[in-house]
Amino acid sequence: MAGVAVSTTINGDNVEFLCQPDETLLDVLRDRLGLTGAKEGCGTGDCGACSIILDDRLVCSCLVLGAEAEGRHVETIEGMAHGDRLHPLQQKFLEHAALQCGVCTPGFLMAAKDLLAKNPDPTEEEIRFGLAGNLCRCTGYDKIVRAVQDAASVMKGA
Amino acid sequence: MNFDPRYSGRNFTSVGTRPIRPDGVDKVTGRARYGADFNMAGQLVGRVLRSPHAHATIRKIDTSKAEKLAGVKAVITAADLPDLTDGDAAMYDILDNCMARKKALYDGHAVAAVAAVDARTARQALKLIEVDYEVLPHVTDVDEAMKHSAPLINDAIFTEGLEQKPVKPSNVTKRTQYGHGDIHEGFGQADFVVERSFKTEQTHQGYIEPHACVANVSSDGTADLWVCTQGHFVYRQHCAQLLGMEASKLRVTSSEIGGGFGGKTHVWAEPVALALSRKAGRPVKLVMTRDEVFRASGPTSATSIDVRIGARKDGTITAAEATLRYSCGPYAGTWAEIGAMTAFACYKLENVRTVGYEVLVNRPKTAAYRAPSAPMAAFAVESAVDELAKEIGMDPVEFRIRNAAQEGTRSSYGPVYGPIGIGPTLEAVKNHPHMKAPLGKNQGRGMACGFWFNFGGQTCTDLNIGMDGSVSLAVGTVDVGGSRASLSLVAAEELGIPYEQIKAVVADTSSLGYNDMTDGSRGTFSSSMATISAARNAIKVLRERAAQMWDIPVDDVVWEKGHAIAKGEKYDNLAALSLKEIAAASGKTGGPIAGHSELVADGAGVSFATHICDIEVDPETGSTRVLRYTVVQDAGKAVHPTYVEGQYQGGAAQGIGWALNEEYIYGKDGRLQNPGFLDYRIPVCSDLPMIDTQILEIPNPNHPYGVRGVGETSIVPPLAAIANAVSNAAGVRMTHIPMSPPRILAAIEAERGG
Repeated sequence: MAGVAVSTTINGDNVEFLCQPDETLLDVLRDRLGLTGAKEGCGTGDCGACSIILDDRLVCSCLVLGAEAEGRHVETIEGMAHGDRLHPLQQKFLEHAALQCGVCTPGFLMAAKDLLAKNPDPTEEEIRFGLAGNLCRCTGYDKIVRAVQDAASVMKGA
Repeated sequence: MNFDPRYSGRNFTSVGTRPIRPDGVDKVTGRARYGADFNMAGQLVGRVLRSPHAHATIRKIDTSKAEKLAGVKAVITAADLPDLTDGDAAMYDILDNCMARKKALYDGHAVAAVAAVDARTARQALKLIEVDYEVLPHVTDVDEAMKHSAPLINDAIFTEGLEQKPVKPSNVTKRTQYGHGDIHEGFGQADFVVERSFKTEQTHQGYIEPHACVANVSSDGTADLWVCTQGHFVYRQHCAQLLGMEASKLRVTSSEIGGGFGGKTHVWAEPVALALSRKAGRPVKLVMTRDEVFRASGPTSATSIDVRIGARKDGTITAAEATLRYSCGPYAGTWAEIGAMTAFACYKLENVRTVGYEVLVNRPKTAAYRAPSAPMAAFAVESAVDELAKEIGMDPVEFRIRNAAQEGTRSSYGPVYGPIGIGPTLEAVKNHPHMKAPLGKNQGRGMACGFWFNFGGQTCTDLNIGMDGSVSLAVGTVDVGGSRASLSLVAAEELGIPYEQIKAVVADTSSLGYNDMTDGSRGTFSSSMATISAARNAIKVLRERAAQMWDIPVDDVVWEKGHAIAKGEKYDNLAALSLKEIAAASGKTGGPIAGHSELVADGAGVSFATHICDIEVDPETGSTRVLRYTVVQDAGKAVHPTYVEGQYQGGAAQGIGWALNEEYIYGKDGRLQNPGFLDYRIPVCSDLPMIDTQILEIPNPNHPYGVRGVGETSIVPPLAAIANAVSNAAGVRMTHIPMSPPRILAAIEAERGG
């Protein structure tokens, strides 16, 4: 089957790739572009481990086709830190130990970034519902919610 | 120098602090490499064909069409994994579970596998494999499987542990019994007796990362395996045995692990990937889909448990007994036995008896899940204990305090306890503000206790000191939840240097001696013991080198706060030598400085917890909301308290999911109906409140710092604590887990109708 030529922007860089018409954006990121920060936990949009931001919208990259990235802006976990300077959410996840195994962490960070972009001062309930599309099996979410609360207060002050 | 593991009651500098974990930055930036994040040049994609039938004889498998498909490089069946287990029944079961040999024993059982140039070709090839099945009658329910009329899953199995050897085969592989005293006499002394039957449904560990590996077998007989596992040394042994390799020729590297909870202690895909790579002559990457994870890996047992407990009017339990039936999947296990051992472990009992039955069913092979078998037994026992307290008219906490096991108590499973934490956790709960907080309409509070043995086991650790004085700590226990941080703290404590000066890594199987896997809450317990031992061996070398540099007897050199110090007034002119100074001179004083340790970490201290839970029940719909949750648990010594809290919270959350939502649902056709996260619903962020924790520290006398395992106990009390809360809120005793809305509504309606 002939490949589809796609021209897109990933974490601010122009990127071109060929993919199959039925290939997910997650597979393109992981298998063709070496961006393995997004994880496949289910492949059906239920776990959020593959969360990325596509033109300012949080999506499960397993539910997006690679071809749909044409002309769009893709943001992945690999673009979250600026050089060696971590994003406040990344820093607060470390300080609060908001991860144990860490496999859901990239997805949670993208979802939390999207949440705070739209609601810079969320209540605990808003955080809990805002992150309800991301599954974590290790932490019971307690420290994740606290990390997002702390990051929100740091980002407001910045 | 012999290592002395006894508790020494020292004051700590590093242990007990909360630094950022050494693997943290990689995990928040997406750089950490998990099972599926590794690739090798020229690798193929492996895929597995699975039985759609719960029970079927495999008459024939025709792979010829698949083999002819362009891009297919290898197709394998059980014929490519010959039986090399040499009479080892447990290994034969593992082999048969990896690839069905004569019969498919559950929906999802592997029957063939392919390796192809890409995923699309591999999927196409699976469709071209023709399997001729003769479908057999099946049984998936644990109670149904025990009936004489049930379809036999393995006609070579005769129940072990009966007084008379049975003449007919059975789905019950084994009967076990624990206890002491005379329960008939004990029940004779009772003023009150509660007798109840309980059921719990099967759940999955639910790790977010599916099983994944990359296997590369060379024609010279050596191989590499990259894999997400809780125990790469154990995987090496199992894979080497199943494939007929020498263990040392197979190097296994453990990736970062995206959750395991017991589910990554067993090989499934790894021998298949190695066999595919061997046949294709190329590396093969094999990653399970979520559907495969649910249908073919994990899960825990489904159970059916009868409990009977009697007590006097004064609240003293006089007798307790339980009969526990646990599903094992289609292969023999010891799951009911573990349940029988743990059921009454929290209590001081004169007369106690538990009986376990291991039951075969056409479901996936039961795997360990965090304190395996204990949560279900605790659910049954702690529900009955609550009911008995109510009948006597005693507060449930006071009733438990009165009967709690103590130091010197002979446990219901045999051993006599040393210093233990059940009493202190109950006292802490009694005094906790949570117990006094007001409750609203339709709200109920429950509490329950839990026990887990904890485990130690074989452990090997290397501590190497660089010429710049920085320290590499190589451990062989996979880090599932922050143990590299806690072990670095332990090395810093022992050497007397800053945490930041240490870098801990998990070494591969060719770089370190054998280690048991990270299970039984042993990771930090056993590897910290080996780290302390290795550090003390390194300190001995450091003292010798300092003595050489000063030209004084080594017995005059002591180690304090990261420095060698010459002891005695005659050495007043000798300034202390730092670890860095000694390391810098090492090239001239005898070469590299290191400490090694190989030991069996005995004496893992038993662990107890008590949980409190508030639940609101909607009497119209049966839906529930967790309002407040508190965990009180003994850690012995919390090395990194934040990660100890994390273990408490995570176990509680898994228990909440098990209690209220999660279950394997099988259709009449024996097929799993909910193999995905949409229909098998684990708790999400909006389902839970904050989970409060209180860490108690009752030192383990068998560890230098008093450490006990902390990982598993936290999943033991939740099923019972929540069941007690729901029962109190709804006004009806709940006896079937999970307490999903339909079950709660049915119970409420039955109570109203009755």
